[in-house]
Amino acid sequence: MNNPPASYQRYQRQTILPGFGIAGQYKLLSASVLVIGAGGLGCPVIQYLAAAGVGKIGIADYDTVSLTNLHRQVLYTMDDIGKPKASVAAQRLQALNPENNYQVFDEAVTPASIIHIIKDFDVIVDGTDNFATRYLINDACVLMDKPLVFGAVSRFEGQVTVFNVPSGLQGESIHYRDLFPHPPQDGEVMNCAESGVLGVLPAIIGSLMANEVIKLLAGLGKPLSGTLLSYNALTNDMMQWKLQKHSESNKLVPPTVSALRQKDYAWECGIQSNDLEIDTADLDVLLMAGNVALIDVREMHETPVLRGWEHRQIPLGTLMQDEMDFTSAHIVFICQSGKRSLTAANWAKEKCKDKKFYSLRGGVEGLKA
Amino acid sequence: MEVLFFGQLADISGKLHWQTDSIPDTDALKAMLEVNFEGLKKVKYMIAVNRQIVQNNTPLSGSETIALMPPFSGG
Repeated sequence: MNNPPASYQRYQRQTILPGFGIAGQYKLLSASVLVIGAGGLGCPVIQYLAAAGVGKIGIADYDTVSLTNLHRQVLYTMDDIGKPKASVAAQRLQALNPENNYQVFDEAVTPASIIHIIKDFDVIVDGTDNFATRYLINDACVLMDKPLVFGAVSRFEGQVTVFNVPSGLQGESIHYRDLFPHPPQDGEVMNCAESGVLGVLPAIIGSLMANEVIKLLAGLGKPLSGTLLSYNALTNDMMQWKLQKHSESNKLVPPTVSALRQKDYAWECGIQSNDLEIDTADLDVLLMAGNVALIDVREMHETPVLRGWEHRQIPLGTLMQDEMDFTSAHIVFICQSGKRSLTAANWAKEKCKDKKFYSLRGGVEGLKA
Repeated sequence: MEVLFFGQLADISGKLHWQTDSIPDTDALKAMLEVNFEGLKKVKYMIAVNRQIVQNNTPLSGSETIALMPPFSGG
């Protein structure tokens, strides 16, 4: 158990609550929570967990702050644009409550890294924005038997639930594959970038998620295990749906950690489509799912320099003369406008049949838009 | 029988609520909905009968409220 904090004043308004008390505060102070995705959902979750005194908070996000984030990710400011979200968030939380420990993961959560990232945390929170990562997090949490607080939004609606916590008479626990055994295919469901989202909605859903985490940690009330809560911001309809175990769900989770490491979540989400050209949303999913290399095929002197993206530079002429030595399963070519990269992808797919090649539509110019 | 559409399913059907005649079970309901709203064939959704998500074919009496819930990815 942690030492008592310098001042209990900070938590006085919650420790006087019936059923919470000093004992509840101790539970929070000695708990650890990992929040994956420090975006619309993740920001309110980490803010309220930090304020409530959760002893160790992990923040995992590989992305940087952009102007389009600011209408809903109000933890960030104009000065943060271009900076890594997880690091900036940790600084803000440190200022809010320096009594907690903050652990930053400025990296993509991938099949190779996820077990290492989640293993030391008591509760995991999914605030990500794509199905490849959501299924990866789900499967890893099932394998590691970690409670998972899940939230997702679309336009004016949101969903919240708690996975891997036994519920019901049989004491069985529900996970995401009980709801939807297989992920939707790429393009089947739009993300926030495509369909839009009301800025305040993820704050509402994220606050509900933070509430579930605090209930789980402090042993308060009835967590949303085995129940999905849906919310509609336009009608204020808030409904609870009893969930049911799907007969196939557990078979779809990789049986071991090493099987999980081998699993290609981007492929499961249909990102393997035969289209050579992908957009930035597809690129995000590929990067999150891992096993991908980004290759800039422009000449060495060309600007703007590709910043904030881990990549190699191999000018098109050089690429087409040398033997390819890529070790990743997915190779994404990028150039200024998307033309040379398409040439590269067309050429490479003929040379090497056992890898998937893509061209980023719109190139570097498209990234800046 | 009342059918509620959530998320992008409301875009596909063009409505939030839909009244339909009594249908014997959820499989028959699904088939009928996918004839009326063809776009439903291409997307994933769960069926809830009176606030209980059902994963297997479930008999219906005609007085139930049905809801169709899609997955959301946004964060």
